[in-house]
Amino acid sequence: MTLAADAPALLYQRADWDFDTIRRIHDAIERVAVHELGLNVYPNQIEIITAEQMLDAYSSIGMPLFYKHWSFGKHFAQHEVGYRKGLRALAYEIVINSNPCISYIMEENTTTMQALVIAHAAFGHNHFFKNNYLFRIWTDAEGILPYLEFAKDYITGCEERYGQAAVERVLDAAHALRSHGVHRYPRKKVPDLASEERRERERLLQAERTYNDLWRTVPGKKGKSKAGLDDERRRALLELPQENILYFLERTAPRLQPWQREILRIVRLMAQYFYPQSQTKVMNEGCATYCHYRIMQRLHERGEVGEGSFLEFLKAHTNVVCQPSFDEPGFRGWNPYALGFGMMQDIERICTAPTEEDREWFPDIAGSGDAMAALRDIWADYRDESFIAQFLSPKLIRQWRLFHVVDPDEEPYVRVAAIHDERGYRRVRRALARQHDVGWLDPDIQVVDVDLAGDRRLVLHHAVLNGILLDENDLSPVLQHLADLWGYDVVLKEVETEGTVAKEHAAGARPLLS
Amino acid sequence: MHIIDRRLNPGGKSLANRQRFLRRAKALVRNAVRSDSKDRDIKDMDRGGEISIPLRGVREPQLRRSAEGGIREHVAPGNKEFLEGDEILKPDAGGGLGSEGSPDGDGDDEFRFALSPDEYLDLFLEDLELPELDKRQFLDTESPAWRKAGFSVSGSPANLSLTRTLRNSLARRVALKRPARDELQALEEEIARVEREGGDEQRLAELREELARASRRVRRIPYIDPIDLRYRQFAPYPKPVAQAVMFCLMDVSGSMTEHMKDLAKRFYALLYIFLKRRYRHVDIVFIRHTHEASEVDEETFFYNTATGGTVVSTAFREMARVIAARYPPADWNIYAAQASDGDNTSSDNETTAALLRHTILPLCQYFAYLEVGREEEQAGFMRHQSDLWRTYEALRDAEEGFAMRQVRKRGDIYPVFRELFARQSGAEGDAR
Repeated sequence: MTLAADAPALLYQRADWDFDTIRRIHDAIERVAVHELGLNVYPNQIEIITAEQMLDAYSSIGMPLFYKHWSFGKHFAQHEVGYRKGLRALAYEIVINSNPCISYIMEENTTTMQALVIAHAAFGHNHFFKNNYLFRIWTDAEGILPYLEFAKDYITGCEERYGQAAVERVLDAAHALRSHGVHRYPRKKVPDLASEERRERERLLQAERTYNDLWRTVPGKKGKSKAGLDDERRRALLELPQENILYFLERTAPRLQPWQREILRIVRLMAQYFYPQSQTKVMNEGCATYCHYRIMQRLHERGEVGEGSFLEFLKAHTNVVCQPSFDEPGFRGWNPYALGFGMMQDIERICTAPTEEDREWFPDIAGSGDAMAALRDIWADYRDESFIAQFLSPKLIRQWRLFHVVDPDEEPYVRVAAIHDERGYRRVRRALARQHDVGWLDPDIQVVDVDLAGDRRLVLHHAVLNGILLDENDLSPVLQHLADLWGYDVVLKEVETEGTVAKEHAAGARPLLS
Repeated sequence: MHIIDRRLNPGGKSLANRQRFLRRAKALVRNAVRSDSKDRDIKDMDRGGEISIPLRGVREPQLRRSAEGGIREHVAPGNKEFLEGDEILKPDAGGGLGSEGSPDGDGDDEFRFALSPDEYLDLFLEDLELPELDKRQFLDTESPAWRKAGFSVSGSPANLSLTRTLRNSLARRVALKRPARDELQALEEEIARVEREGGDEQRLAELREELARASRRVRRIPYIDPIDLRYRQFAPYPKPVAQAVMFCLMDVSGSMTEHMKDLAKRFYALLYIFLKRRYRHVDIVFIRHTHEASEVDEETFFYNTATGGTVVSTAFREMARVIAARYPPADWNIYAAQASDGDNTSSDNETTAALLRHTILPLCQYFAYLEVGREEEQAGFMRHQSDLWRTYEALRDAEEGFAMRQVRKRGDIYPVFRELFARQSGAEGDAR
């Protein structure tokens, strides 16, 4: 059989794959991704797993190894039932932000699906992880796997020393506060998980080296009265107000044991590691979906993917980017794949075939001709909220017929505040961006004051937005956890914008097992 | 790029997490299993399955905004008719446009998941204990278990112990002064150096001789010699085997309705499952009786009808015969459960009581009499007492290992069963 030079052979012909096929597909995709699209990726590591292993991975937040906790068992049980009943299909892949970038792909995928998954995860997501500023600031792709191993061993060690129940108590409490265990603004130090591990080991060694039982017998000094310290100064010393509650507890909680602090730290660092993902769902998926679409299209053009396979790909792709209207039965809010992919394609259109309107709205990129360059910049420098606020075009707003409604709880009506018209574009865009802003989605809760020399009551404020208070069913157990960790009373005040306290919740400490 | 095939990695990675979860939700899961088992067919009992527990028991609380109150904003796609400033009446059901949904995805307050058969039965039979578990027989007819028994000099290649073998080999090589590879290498280098520098012939000859000697030595002393070989050895040892036989006695005369047989069957099935978990080997003997008794198979026992009078003592005689023939009480733990509607020919009552007291009970670990009644019958104050009940009542307090209960409804079976086998505090026996 002879082939013309410009018509490469099909990469594969059959639906079942073997390792050679996967390697061939990966190499072909790499050619397109790196040389034509200019993606910049971590080296890839592709791991083939079974459905059961996928379920395993689900229950430990997609990580290859993780410490043990009952909540992961619960999630496993939940997913398993859904999967067994056929209610829920499993994801085709899971990809981990690490270096090398690990993608899990399922064994039962067809060859076309493996190609799609490799293009999507091993190149799309991989590029995004490596280049997006949030991931660069907040995560340490080199150190994550060793750190997870350290965390797992550390927690197992604690369980052996202090008992499962005691460790579980601390983990439960830390998990409850996990959403408020992240730094939202970058600090001076770049995260480096390897030194985390070293730090803990050194601290222990130092404690062992300098241990002297005599100190225990020395009578303590009478505490100097710090009443003279004024409030301002006191708060400044404790870095108050502080929105990272776990960080505050780890540093300041008076009664925690060192190992308990370390567990808080582990949970906090994991939350921090996942923090960028929650802010970039639309962009991350949009980037990956756009990449797999371009790559598969290109492979098809080059004759490396057959017609039938391409049709199979298109079917899967269309399912992924489906966005039902608000009045259709399948509507479950926004599909980040659809929104992201739609916007990426729209940006490509603006770069290559702009209208007058586009030139007016996006003077920087309209007609630039090089869509990939524009997209690469965008993927590097934006998160969902800023991305939508900048790049949602009037054309897309019209195409999707977006509208903005305001829903005051006490009134029987919802009001349509803006629609897809000249007056509404900016307002719709603003509102949709808000909808993707973690700053608006997560309640703003801060530790505002504590008098360490006095009754040590911890005071927190929730800055109420739009009159929406905290969910009380959840609040009281979380507050109880907080009080347990803190060791003294805790009070949380829900403060309206005008400064009035809408509600006050309190909890007293119970002894932590240790 | 690396491709790694993880499919052969050992599964069950999340088992530890699952156990933690079950332990955490134990009380909830146990209740769920108990209520679930009520509606289940007995034969499905050891199949595991899906149960649901209230979500609030295993919630993971987070600080989040309430789903109600305040002013909310949404942007949604698919506007067809709305203009700015329109007001839309909210649907009564709440939720409405772009409802936020609970973080768990489904707003259910039930949490459903599947239990494995073992987990199910563990919870189902929790706290139950068989009385009188002291008789245990060591039988070497049962297949013995194997355990490690040191090392031997012969064995199959699969059992080769590499560590031991190489340890021996190393010791032998050191003892016999087998030249190491780097020594040979050093010699060769030395020769090469001397040759290159054109050193004196005699030194060269010496070196060559030394090398030859070393090489001969290497050839003569093998790296691994047959005398180094060590194999892991396994030896059989007798494992204590506890075995039990369970006698199912049932009156199958015309007065026993299908409902009654069904109740009896459920009780037997529970007892069987229970024994099965406590003993490695459980035999079942089915004895049915009318005015005469015979040992039958399960199918006949439950589904074939027979006609005739009711003489209970015949069943006991048959049971005693079977025990004498096949189940020496010294080797077997004997359990018996009798189900009847309580009828007996009045002239037989004396004989029955005497047989039970003097022949059957001394042989049995435990004897349960289950009187099954019609569902519609009321268990009232002026309850009618059957012949058999009255006959047995005298035994109830006098004899240990004898219990009697009345059951009318399916739902009663399990509580009665639990009552009979509830673990007595302080009397912890373990038959495992």
